[in-house]
Amino acid sequence: MTEMDTALTYPLQVVNLLAALLLLISFAMLSQRRVVGLITLFAWQGAALALSTAIVAWSTGQHHLYYSAALTLALKVIAMPWFFYRLVRRLDVDRDVEPMINIPTTMLIGIALVIFAFNLATPISQMAGTVTRATLGIAMASVLLAFLMMITRAKAIPQVIGFLAMENGLFFAATSATYGMPLVVELGVALDVMVAVFVLGIFFFQIRETFDSLDLKHMEKLKEK
Amino acid sequence: MTTGILLQITQTLLAILLAPLLMGWVNQCRAWLQGRAAPPITQPYRVLRKLFHKDAVIAHDASPLFRFAPYMIFACMALAAGIVPTLANDLPFSPAADVIALVGIFALARVFLALAAMDIGTSFGSLGARREMLVSFLAEPALLMVFFTASLISRSTELPVIVEALAHKEFVIYPSLAFAAVAFWMVSTAENARIPIDNPTTHLELTMIHEAMILEYSARHLALIEWAVALKLFTYSALGIALFVPWGIAPAGDLAALPLALLALVAKMAVGGAGLSLLEAVSAKVRLFRAPEFLGTAFLLAVLGMLTHFLLEV
Repeated sequence: MTEMDTALTYPLQVVNLLAALLLLISFAMLSQRRVVGLITLFAWQGAALALSTAIVAWSTGQHHLYYSAALTLALKVIAMPWFFYRLVRRLDVDRDVEPMINIPTTMLIGIALVIFAFNLATPISQMAGTVTRATLGIAMASVLLAFLMMITRAKAIPQVIGFLAMENGLFFAATSATYGMPLVVELGVALDVMVAVFVLGIFFFQIRETFDSLDLKHMEKLKEK
Repeated sequence: MTTGILLQITQTLLAILLAPLLMGWVNQCRAWLQGRAAPPITQPYRVLRKLFHKDAVIAHDASPLFRFAPYMIFACMALAAGIVPTLANDLPFSPAADVIALVGIFALARVFLALAAMDIGTSFGSLGARREMLVSFLAEPALLMVFFTASLISRSTELPVIVEALAHKEFVIYPSLAFAAVAFWMVSTAENARIPIDNPTTHLELTMIHEAMILEYSARHLALIEWAVALKLFTYSALGIALFVPWGIAPAGDLAALPLALLALVAKMAVGGAGLSLLEAVSAKVRLFRAPEFLGTAFLLAVLGMLTHFLLEV
């Protein structure tokens, strides 16, 4: 075993495991065809995030991270998935959707993104002083993967979930590089995300009323002749 | 050395004898989950006995290869069962093949099965053989990648060294193995002809893969193949145990740990079999043309495991 393995304590090994789980869920989201499955995966990603934040808080004594963990749990594991489930049922949009690029190709691009993110993160994490710095690469990879999901999906709800997954990745990056942002910033971001979700929820209804579909391709026809 | 050889023979015989029991347990669990009355757990043994007492019917056009193939397949699986550490670690057979050669042994059995299936010249046989080859050529690289992830951790492709590094050294959580475990589960469903790639109970020509290949076999030949299938499932489960939950396998030369190792093996197999049937009950068989996607995902997950190893564990 290398020196770092023996230097890591068990809580931090669990954080590493949860980070790997986060990446695994990002890939599962990339390959998920059904909207309800996507929402469930999003909730699981939030749960992994909340748990890892709580463990980091406990093992490093950073008390404000407890609030972040609680906030993540309340918003991203309970409130938002519940809201999305209701939305999907009301809008009746849970069908198999083929993404714009087929799934194996998307996964291959995803692997390339992961390699890119890992390489990009190495010099940054060497400068960071936190014990969780190794997971920075994973956080950046999940940001890029969520971004990729937003690009490859045509429907509105998967795109919004991709946006929220990206926020998850950013949050995780903040925790691993600097033990999280100040509490005020985090509260602000949480509020922003929540408002965004509600506004987008209203948008979904508007989009569907105007175009009879949630496919954003129709939005391209808005241009005046 | 003598004890080593004795232990080796015991382990191989145990695998051969217990394999149908695992199959029976999986079938029983699945029947329960589907709300049917379950067959007794010893049903596979009865089927084997019945088949061994029957007279073999062989097509006129069959070449000697057709008669020879079942023995070859069974021998390959028995050899593989001897190499994978199930009860004790570092037995005399283990250095005979590392994980890469083990994949080769499985491939050898598969080549013989596919050749025998095409030998008679029926359309079902060739169809099954082609499908099997499609699935296996996608599954094999993913399986190798899973093994490489474990090899990177222990710095060796020898199974005894991998088990030694994971089970008998200081306990460390390896995130890369989480990816490898998911990939391994996906590959082993494909390799063992289980749901979601193949359905072991179907005889519908549109979907069957493995069953299509063995349609022409009867009596003792069929019995040997069925036994080899059970043995393959057992060996794969043992591989999964050795790579991901190796605690309990007796260290090299420690005879006192054997009873506990046997107990741990039975417990892990029982849990694994129940888990397999649960996963089969909740998932549906995918279309054949989705199989490349399923196995491609397995391959990518295994590669991701290797990448995570370099990021988090080096």
